[in-house]
Amino acid sequence: MRNCEYQQIDPRTLTVTPSTAQNQTEKKSQPVRRKWEVFPGKNRFFCDGRIMLARQSGVLPLTLGLIVVTCGLFFAFDCPFLVHHLTVFIPVIAAVLFVFVTISLLWTSFTDPGILPRATPDEAADIEKQIDTSGSSTYRPPPRTKEILINQQVVKLKYCFTCKMFRPPRTSHCSLCDNCVERFDHHCPWVGNCVGKRNYRFFYSFIISLSFLTSFIFGCVITHITLRSQAGKSLVQSIQESPASVVELVICFFSIWSILGLSGFHTYLVASNLTTNEDIKGSWSGKRGAEDSGNPYSYNNIITNCCATLCGPMPPSLIDRRGFVPPDEAVPAASASEIELPLFTAKNDAHRCTQSTKDVLERMVHSSDIPGLCPHGAPKTTPLGLEVPSLPAPSMEPSPSALCSQQHAHQPAPLPCTQFSRSREKDSVQSINPAFRLALPSPSLSRTSLILGDTPDIGFVLRP
Amino acid sequence: MSTRKPLPLKKKTHSLQDLQQPAVSSKVFIQRDYSSGTICKFQTKLPSELESRIDKQQFEETIQTLNNLYAEAEKLGGKSYLEGCLACLTAYTIFLCIETHYEKVLKKIARYIKDQNEKIYAPRGLLLTDPLERGLRVIEITIFEDRSIGSGR
Repeated sequence: MRNCEYQQIDPRTLTVTPSTAQNQTEKKSQPVRRKWEVFPGKNRFFCDGRIMLARQSGVLPLTLGLIVVTCGLFFAFDCPFLVHHLTVFIPVIAAVLFVFVTISLLWTSFTDPGILPRATPDEAADIEKQIDTSGSSTYRPPPRTKEILINQQVVKLKYCFTCKMFRPPRTSHCSLCDNCVERFDHHCPWVGNCVGKRNYRFFYSFIISLSFLTSFIFGCVITHITLRSQAGKSLVQSIQESPASVVELVICFFSIWSILGLSGFHTYLVASNLTTNEDIKGSWSGKRGAEDSGNPYSYNNIITNCCATLCGPMPPSLIDRRGFVPPDEAVPAASASEIELPLFTAKNDAHRCTQSTKDVLERMVHSSDIPGLCPHGAPKTTPLGLEVPSLPAPSMEPSPSALCSQQHAHQPAPLPCTQFSRSREKDSVQSINPAFRLALPSPSLSRTSLILGDTPDIGFVLRP
Repeated sequence: MSTRKPLPLKKKTHSLQDLQQPAVSSKVFIQRDYSSGTICKFQTKLPSELESRIDKQQFEETIQTLNNLYAEAEKLGGKSYLEGCLACLTAYTIFLCIETHYEKVLKKIARYIKDQNEKIYAPRGLLLTDPLERGLRVIEITIFEDRSIGSGR
């Protein structure tokens, strides 16, 4: 076994044993799994992939609890009085608003915000090929960016080291959910999910309807107490008769400030076709002085901006949660992971490389030409491993609205590569090869050819 | 670099292929074109790896048709606004019941790609992958080479 440039494979670990050969057949007989089960991001799935949440549900139970409790108290203690003295429409309106708020909240929380699936190993290798790293293995490569022109405006696309692709414009990587999200607005702990392209309209409906609901309840409770105290009783006496009203008043009073502020802020964002992320980072403001001229995505018309954001076509979920993982991907996992190796820290790679190389050996006919497959980019990967924490991290300034602590994407993950190496196995299972799903010209086009098809990429990766 | 003989790395990969001699496949990726914003649009330039395989005009026509179909899916117009407003009024519950315009167009795109594969690309040893399977990031084109011995690309 020749010494590799990057890291030596221990020859003793490369023995092809019958047990490893058996693993292949075992993998073949693995039960077919749905894609959500192998999803690499930090999300939780329910109902067999139909519902998804962030891993940390944040204060979603508190949000739901506050809404339910406040409305419950309102219906129980204030409505009877108000129906008797005013009109029956009060609880009707409150009920409609309550239902709308709850449904919007659930849609926001349980919908895929626009997660971009991670790049397949082939794609990642192709992108690596195109990036000019000019080879020096000891020098930390600069952050990878690509400049493009959108509507005559220069926009920088950043390379996401976790998802292994250049992020499309307006896409940001949420460190809490560990996903790249399209048109990333913010990660809302009150809702327990990211707010992005697909669920922004639900989020906006939620905060607008919640503004109406809290204002309505606040108004009704004030009316209730006022009416009671007008009937010859003092204010204190009225409050003593209906203590629940005070609870509702307090909750609504504090909520109204933050919710109305948030609604106003997001109305401004919708009208100017901005995201919270862009607004806080100041991506487009101050560049040319005028309000909308810097934003290349704006239609320069408030109505069009609103319609486009809120009433536009509903994009599909790109992560295909309920699709099945094709069974033949379980085996090329090893070869696919070889390609991913140069992008990770050497520590985790060492073990995986030997493991995957062992698998390759099983398929090759006891070939001796192994060194070519030794893509331990140790000097290359370590810088990358270090680099992620130093990615341009915009300041984590609190958003204007106190309620929604809008956390932005670029919190450096403490151990991005370790986490990713854990998920890499799952990732490689996702490397889809529809070529092998469709009718192929020759039945000999098996996993071996997949590996061989990938090796040119390894060759490029190894290029000094 | 170590003092050992420099490995011709590209050829190294081909020599592995020689051992097996199956059909080799490689992949070309057509990236997104963001010049018009975030709408789904792919670059129409024919990659160099495919120049020998397919006619430039044919390829551009395929990509342009795909771009037009995606533009149709994402078009802001009366129909999409109506759908959006109706969805809002029903608290978005219609998304559980009906197929959206976007989804209908995506099915149309899938049929078009299958059709193109059968008629044009498969006879030339190419295979287009539906971009939806790649998160609408790239169009993956797999190139199949018939058992080439050591010739490589």
